[in-house]
This record gives sequence, structure tokens and C-alpha cells, in this order.
Amino acid sequence: MTLGSRLRLATVWLSGCSGCHMSLLDLDEWLFVLADLAEIVYSPVASDCKIYPSQVDVCLVEGAVANRDNLELALQLRARSTVVIALGDCAALGNVTALRNLCGPGVQQSAGEALDCAYRHLSDGEGRVPTAPILLPRVLPLHRVIAVDGVIAGCPPTAAAIRAALEALLQR
Amino acid sequence: MSDAEPPLAAGRTITVAPLTRIEGHGRITLQLDANGRLAQARFHVDEFRGFESFCLGRPYGEMGALTARICGICPVSHLLAAGRAGDRLLGAVVPPAAQRLRTLLNLAQISQSHALSFFHLSSPDWLLGWESDPARRNLFGLMAADPELARAGIRLRQFGQELIERLAGRRIHAGWVVPGGVRSGITETTRRWILQQLPEARASVQLALDRFVPLLDGPLQRELASFGSFPSLFLALVAPDGHWCCGDGSLRLVDSLGRVVADGLCDHDDIAVLAERTEDWSALKFPYYRPLGYPEGLYRVGPLARLNVCTTIGTPWADRELAAFRGRHGTAASGGRIAIASFAYHHARLVEIVACLEGIEQLLVHPALLRGPVRAVGRGGSRAALGVSEAPRGTLFHHYSVDANGLLTGVNLLIATGQNNLAMNRTVAQIAREWIPWPLPAAVEIAEPLLNRLEAGIRCFDPCLSCSTHAAGLMPLRVTLLDSDGQVLAERTRP
Repeated sequence: MTLGSRLRLATVWLSGCSGCHMSLLDLDEWLFVLADLAEIVYSPVASDCKIYPSQVDVCLVEGAVANRDNLELALQLRARSTVVIALGDCAALGNVTALRNLCGPGVQQSAGEALDCAYRHLSDGEGRVPTAPILLPRVLPLHRVIAVDGVIAGCPPTAAAIRAALEALLQR
Repeated sequence: MSDAEPPLAAGRTITVAPLTRIEGHGRITLQLDANGRLAQARFHVDEFRGFESFCLGRPYGEMGALTARICGICPVSHLLAAGRAGDRLLGAVVPPAAQRLRTLLNLAQISQSHALSFFHLSSPDWLLGWESDPARRNLFGLMAADPELARAGIRLRQFGQELIERLAGRRIHAGWVVPGGVRSGITETTRRWILQQLPEARASVQLALDRFVPLLDGPLQRELASFGSFPSLFLALVAPDGHWCCGDGSLRLVDSLGRVVADGLCDHDDIAVLAERTEDWSALKFPYYRPLGYPEGLYRVGPLARLNVCTTIGTPWADRELAAFRGRHGTAASGGRIAIASFAYHHARLVEIVACLEGIEQLLVHPALLRGPVRAVGRGGSRAALGVSEAPRGTLFHHYSVDANGLLTGVNLLIATGQNNLAMNRTVAQIAREWIPWPLPAAVEIAEPLLNRLEAGIRCFDPCLSCSTHAAGLMPLRVTLLDSDGQVLAERTRP
């Protein structure tokens, strides 16, 4: 981040419930302060940009890495961001999203088991499994696929925790 | 594409992805034929988390807190559906004070979620403009261009969220609704705080109505006419007297002429009139009303459906707004009773915020709210139960089966957004047909504002895609196998 310019901030959701982004919006009127300090260059809730931009200063990542789309975006955002923060417990630890790994007799079969349950077993054996998304064999926390510079814990983290983290990052 | 896909003449595919200002992971594709004409328009959902599988074997009492994690926007809906299924499993008669507190929580959630949809996610399209810079066409752009309105929206959402926090302990994923009732009552301090906030909340929704409704006569006329305007069925809960209902009620289905097609549906067996189809190009299934077949049995849920299905709302300001809504959007064929334009979902959301605010006040001044127990003991229930709630986006169903130890042997979730899947696809197709100048020469790209309009068609429904793909098939599922010419090879139905 160059001196005097606004922080280039991105937010991403991978596989999760969007609750961490709702907590981000729970910053309420402090969003006006944030708008003075940071420019939102990519965000599913606050931007129509379709391509993750380059030279992002800070990226907040919600959700675990559960499918190939998640993995591609994780690799891309790491390459294009200076600081990557795991926002919430799914990104940090896998959390509820990673409960998928418990499906079936063993983790290697868990993704197939979960899909079978939803689209085959409960569809009289002829349900068609969707061609997308392509699930990874197991759900992973973010740090298992890319380097992560920090964590904001919680399910979801409170708005106060997100604000404290952002204020620290803005002072860097 | 699988072998079962109907063949398409060679032509390019235009993809809009990722969809933005829409919850979850989705994309829109337009398939063109060799002559540059529109062959097919589709809305795809690309996520899957597998709740229905990994919840098996867990205690049913965990389902509220666990399924709240399906969605961070409407966790209260899952808490309520899980709580109501739990009531029936336990055979618990929820005390009146707890019933009212649950309704209060839901009204707060619908207020905050509708505020999010209207102000934060959708209003930049028309307040900043369809043609405006995509980098600025968002909440932050709105905060810069129209701080008064943006602040009103932020504070209205904050009101709903803070009410939830004061009542249930936290804004998101509060495990406060439990089988048999709620964990704690409301304090007099909280009751007074809410009453103090109501005037500002009312002023905020009035501001939104004043700003939005006149646009429907002017710059948004064409959107109103072409963003998913078609006859369909509408499904929602109603109170016993037919009033708008976001508490306990029974299901009613009306058609686009206002005729009641089905009524009084409460149990799992009752909703066998709904069926569901899978398509391999979307992780989201396609529910429909079985007697009309697929896809003619398309029905819509959510704010538009609730206003179409109810007789009245039952509070004075909301009923005035409902009359104005019907006067404006009601079709001549239905005697001005039924709105069929999906763009009117936005207007319906504002009317529902009014209904929520009045409903909240009514509950707060009720003398029984602060009195009596808030949780009941089970009296012996059943091994399987259905829980239903009206989520911001429409009717939500949880169905559980348990063993003798209360461990789950079956979990089926039918999510509001899924039930609008056919309607969302039809909306995208209608917008693509009516807004894009076909045929499209090979070298010509579709302008960004037009692509944004396709997304805005989906935004009308305020879908919750991370919610919607957890449905394992509560309803009987019908699967059709097509050959490469689109001919039906086989059909099977899961009862």
C-alpha cells in the first residue's frame, strides 16, 4: 500500500454460510469510516467485479476449501494479495463445512458419499449428480492450500473482532 | 454436459460468473445457436455442502445450532424450522409466551434480511443506475452517492440484527430457539429498547417506499414488465384466518387468478403434492406442484407469494401498503388481486418490512409477552416430524426421523430458494429474450449493463444459494432420463 492511498481491500467467500460476511456488514455505520480508509476492489456483497484484481493489499477469506472452484480462487487471491486473512472458523479450521469429511466409512469416500446421499440415495438410485462443482476429496481449511497471514476467529467472528483486525491492518 | 443433455446447435456460450450481490455461488449461461440466436438461458448453482448426509447419527437437539450454519443471512429460519420439528418429536406444546418470542425473532430477521436485499444488494442497480460503473455499483457507491438512504438502510438492518442479539444473545447463529420453546424470556429493558427504535425504523422503510415506488412508473417500467413476469402458483404459510403469517400457520397454494389450489397443509404427507426434479447442470433441484407436472407446476415462494396468498396482513399501515401494492401490481385477470411480476418482489419486501415493524409492536405491547414459562417439557412425541418456517426468501421445511435415542436417522431439508429455481430460470430466459438484440453477430459482445440485468433478474428473488443446495429431497423426487434428442427414455419417482 502506497503512503496516503486507500487500502485495497478484497473479500472472498469460498465454501461456507456467508455469516462472516454478514458480520462484516454488522460493522453498520463504521462502514462509512471503512469507506474512507479502504477501497473495496473485490467482494461478493459489495462489488460487481468478476475477476480478482491484482495488487490487493488485504484479502479477507470466508469459508473452507471444498471444491475446485474454491481452490482456484484461493490460489489466485494468494498470488495477487499482500496479506491474506482467514475470516472465521471455516477458513481457519474447516469448521461445520468440514463435517462433510465425516460422511461415509472413511474420509477418502466422504465427498462421494455426501453426493450420493443427496442426489442418488434419496432419488431412487437414478438421480443425476450435478457436473459442477467438482468436490475435492476432503474439505480443507485455507492454510492447507495457501499461506495465511492471520486469522479472525469465530463462527462468525463478531463485528467488533473484524473491526479490531481491520484497524490494525490499516495502521500497517 | 452429460449425454442426457439435449443437443444444441454449435454456437458460443456467454457466461456471467460469479454472480455478485447475490448470496452464494451461481452463474448464468446463454447458449447461442450457429446463427447467433438464443438457444437456451440458464441459471446454475455451483455449490454443495452435504448437510443432509453429515447430520445423520447426531442428536436432533443439535440441529438448530448446526443448521443455522447453513446460512448466515437467515440462520433464524433454520433455528425455527429445527425447533418446530423438535417440538413435534418431543410432543411439546410450546407455551404462548415462547410462541410470541419466536415470532418476534422471525419478524426481526425478516426486517434485517429484506433491508439487506433492498438497500445493500439491489438498490444500487436503480439508484446508481444500470449503466453506472460496475466498480462503484454497490453499497459503498451508494454510501458515497446517497448517504442518507444508505445510512437508513444500514441502520434498518442494524435494528433487526440488534433486536436478534438482545433477544437471542448474538446477531448470527444464536442457538436460542430450542425444542419446546426458547432458552430465555425477554427483559423489560429489551422490550423498551425495541419500542424506542421503532419510529426510526418506520421512517427508514417509508423513505425507501417514497424513493422506490415512483420509479416503477418511470425508469423501472420495462424491468417490471420483463423481469420474470408470468403466471404461476404461489405458496406460503397463512394464519388460520388467512392473514399474512410469519409464525405458526398452515400452507396455502393459490394460482395466478387468486383461486385457492390447496389449503391447510401441515404435515409431511400433505406436502406430497410437491415434487422435485434434478438436472445435472445445476446443484439446485427443481421443485414443482405435482398435479400440474414439470415444468408447468412452477410455483413461487417468498415475499411476493406471501402477499399473493394472504387475505390481508392484519395491521393498519401494512394493509394500506398491501392495498396499494395490489392496486399497482394486481393483474386484471385476477381482479387486481395477484401480482405476477417478479420485479415486484422488491416492492413486496418493503411492504413486508412494514408488516414486520407493526407485528413487532403488537407483540411487544401484548401483556402476556413477559409472563409465563418459555419452554415446555415433552409429553411423548413421534419418531418423525416436519418443521416449517417462513424464511425471508420463502417457506422452509425441515423433516427429521430419529431412533429411540433421539439420534437422527433421516434429515431432509427443503429450502425456500430451491422452490424459486424454475421461476429464476424462466426469469433469466425472459430477460435474455427481451433485452438482448438477437441475433448476436459473432464478434459482438453483450454490453455489461445488459449482463447485469440478467443478474438483477436473479436478485429479485434474493436467493440464498448456500442454503438452497442442502436439500436432499424432502419431497417425492421425479427423475427423467432424456436421450440426446431430448426424448424421454425413462422416468422414475421416489415416493
